[in-house]
Amino acid sequence: MKEIFVRLDRCVGCHTCEIACAVEHSQSKDLFRAISEHPVPRRRLFVEWVAPGQKIPVLCRHCTDAPCMHACISGAIRRTPEGVVLTDTDKCIGCWTCVMVCPYGVIGRHPEMQRAYRCDRCPDREVPACVASCPTRALVYRTVEEFSAGVRQTAAAEMLAGERG
Amino acid sequence: MDVKVLQKTMDPAVQEMLLRAEQMGIETVWDRYQAQLPQCGFGELGPCCRFCLQGPCRVDPFGEGPQRGICGADANSIVARNLARAIAAGTAAHSGHAKHLAHTLLRWAEGKAPDYGVKDEAKLRAVASRLGIPLDGKDVRQLAREVAEAALADFSEKETPVAWVATTITQKRLEKALQHGVVPTGIDSVVSEIMHRTSYGVDADTVNLLLGGVKCALADFAGCHMATDLADILFGTPKPLVTAANMGVLKRDAVNIAVHGHNPVLSDIIVQVAPEMADEARAAGAGEGVNIVGICCTGNEVMSRHGVPAVTHSVSQEMAIVTGALDALVVDYQCIMPALAGVAECFHTRLITTMPISKISGATYVEFHEDHARETARQIIRMGIEAFARRDPSRVQIPSYSPQVFAGFSTEAIVGTLALINSEDPLKPLIDQIVAGNILGVCLFAGCNNVKVPQDSGFLTVAQELARHNVLLLSTGCGSGAFARHGLLNPEATEKYAGEGLKAVLTALGQAAGLGGPLPLILHMGSCVDNSRAADVATAVANRLGVDVDQLPVVACAAEAVAEKAVSIGTWAVTLGLPTHVGVIPPVLGGPLVAQILTQDIKGLFGGYFIVETDPKKAAEALLEAIRERRRGLGLAA
Repeated sequence: MKEIFVRLDRCVGCHTCEIACAVEHSQSKDLFRAISEHPVPRRRLFVEWVAPGQKIPVLCRHCTDAPCMHACISGAIRRTPEGVVLTDTDKCIGCWTCVMVCPYGVIGRHPEMQRAYRCDRCPDREVPACVASCPTRALVYRTVEEFSAGVRQTAAAEMLAGERG
Repeated sequence: MDVKVLQKTMDPAVQEMLLRAEQMGIETVWDRYQAQLPQCGFGELGPCCRFCLQGPCRVDPFGEGPQRGICGADANSIVARNLARAIAAGTAAHSGHAKHLAHTLLRWAEGKAPDYGVKDEAKLRAVASRLGIPLDGKDVRQLAREVAEAALADFSEKETPVAWVATTITQKRLEKALQHGVVPTGIDSVVSEIMHRTSYGVDADTVNLLLGGVKCALADFAGCHMATDLADILFGTPKPLVTAANMGVLKRDAVNIAVHGHNPVLSDIIVQVAPEMADEARAAGAGEGVNIVGICCTGNEVMSRHGVPAVTHSVSQEMAIVTGALDALVVDYQCIMPALAGVAECFHTRLITTMPISKISGATYVEFHEDHARETARQIIRMGIEAFARRDPSRVQIPSYSPQVFAGFSTEAIVGTLALINSEDPLKPLIDQIVAGNILGVCLFAGCNNVKVPQDSGFLTVAQELARHNVLLLSTGCGSGAFARHGLLNPEATEKYAGEGLKAVLTALGQAAGLGGPLPLILHMGSCVDNSRAADVATAVANRLGVDVDQLPVVACAAEAVAEKAVSIGTWAVTLGLPTHVGVIPPVLGGPLVAQILTQDIKGLFGGYFIVETDPKKAAEALLEAIRERRRGLGLAA
């Protein structure tokens, strides 16, 4: 199963992923119409800032051993066969225990629906909207094996360069 | 002291008000900056283009994504076009201010604006002569008309260079500018040319765009110089005086009215009319009458001419209202945060806008027209007196900082002070001291406070370091504001911070001027348009030595720049030959060729260049090295 990984050195803080996420989770799927829809479309990922100048996208990790799933008392949180952790808005009773236990702070409260919502890995798309929209490819959609292989490649080249001095 | 507050500002009065604002739940510019973080990197780097409806386009700075906009413009061309428009905007602002003064002078000459007059006839004659206007047989009104008409004529395209460029810079500089094709023939026409050449499918050559920007920057210089000249004619050429700055200048027992914005067309009249309203203020319960205080450049204008104290500047402008002691805040144009309306709502403060092109929702609009200036000024002050009645004394907290400030150092005043040492050749004492090394060189501090920099930290660090190394310091605008609020614009600061050589020179001059002590550490030359005064000093020294400005050990420092006006002034400072430090990173790094041209290649063309450095200590080192390089070039010991 593919995960969304963040290449931190590529994020320029343009917030395009946030806009793309909100538009994907609108009814019209069109930016110009989406901004006036009700309920208002909400982003499910967040570009944070860490002093003095780091831009860090923070998004749901769809944990295998998800604290939110353990915490949910109404059974609103389940895992799909593909491994995506989903919040069922209808079953959600709005107790916010999932918000308390999520270590990434990526579960939100919808202001109009008063229920929890979070990243659903864009089930209608091949590639999640945020990844597809990122202009610097800071967000990448790869399996753990693919991503780690890439990191190993870079590390190996650096180790060799380091040894050669 | 709250560490977070220290990271926002070094000013103790602003720190006090920030804590108060937090307690009261008042949103400040620092809160809004925090909410904007992280800021978009495409904007920060510059390769973002919104100039046509096919966009918006951006170039991936990491090289993976698109490297050209839809029309084919590359990152350098996009960055250069954005920069050129910023220069045009700065030029439009300064020259709009100058144009307003020209219209005022003309209307007075025509008898339509009786509340104004020619305060300095000598300056009128000097400016007229410089422009080549014959003086014989003309009365003041006729001469004023001709100077005003010459000023207005400089805005449209002519067959000849802009007069306020051709008659103010060195002959060598003019020739160099002609050689590179960057002499503007009309101030408004070159602004318009920038808008044309930067729009869809016109100029795409990076170097050509930057040279177009340089041409416009020279028009900005003309606008600044014109504004200085006309304000001196209308309101008097500043002479050195003593006043104060920071929030302690607010008075519990007076109607406090702040003038904010830029043009003395408005603020000078308010200052003139205020004493006439003292009785009305006292009748309303304000025992000390009407107390006018200044914010930003218009504050500098009335400080330089009337000794009006400055309450605060730039990024901390909202904090003056948070004292609860400001009864009215009257503004014209430029650098006025629309947020003032929201902060004023938390208190009894009346925010009053006055210009048709500069309105803020939530403010009260009282249109100011030159033809009945004093009447409108009275109306505005009366609104302040009415607001005073609604002031809640229990909500007043005035930070008790108001250091002494020496101001009013016009070019004429500086040369006049030097003339006390050598009346026939006043520049000689200055040149001798530079040659001897008692003065290493000269640095002009200019510009704003930027929320990205702990307020004043850039200015204070660089100034103290340069003073230690005997650099003669000049300042304008909110740069002067930073120094004023921290007590560096007085003789005590000279004793505290000046190197031995600088101290000796400032002491000799101060004694000659009858001060009984040294001149202040930094000479406050006025508002941002008065950067032209500093340029005049450099030009005069260059002419006296028979060299060009780009050979002089003179540098400029915009440690905390913000406005597009700072971009245009910085560009003309470089074009006139000054190594110019900028303490925040302008949006050009996404166009590597642009960054290279501005910091390196332009040195070969005009002698001046930009030094971009966010660390103030490193910036000071770079400025000192630039000064030393110039000294070596002149054969002086570095």
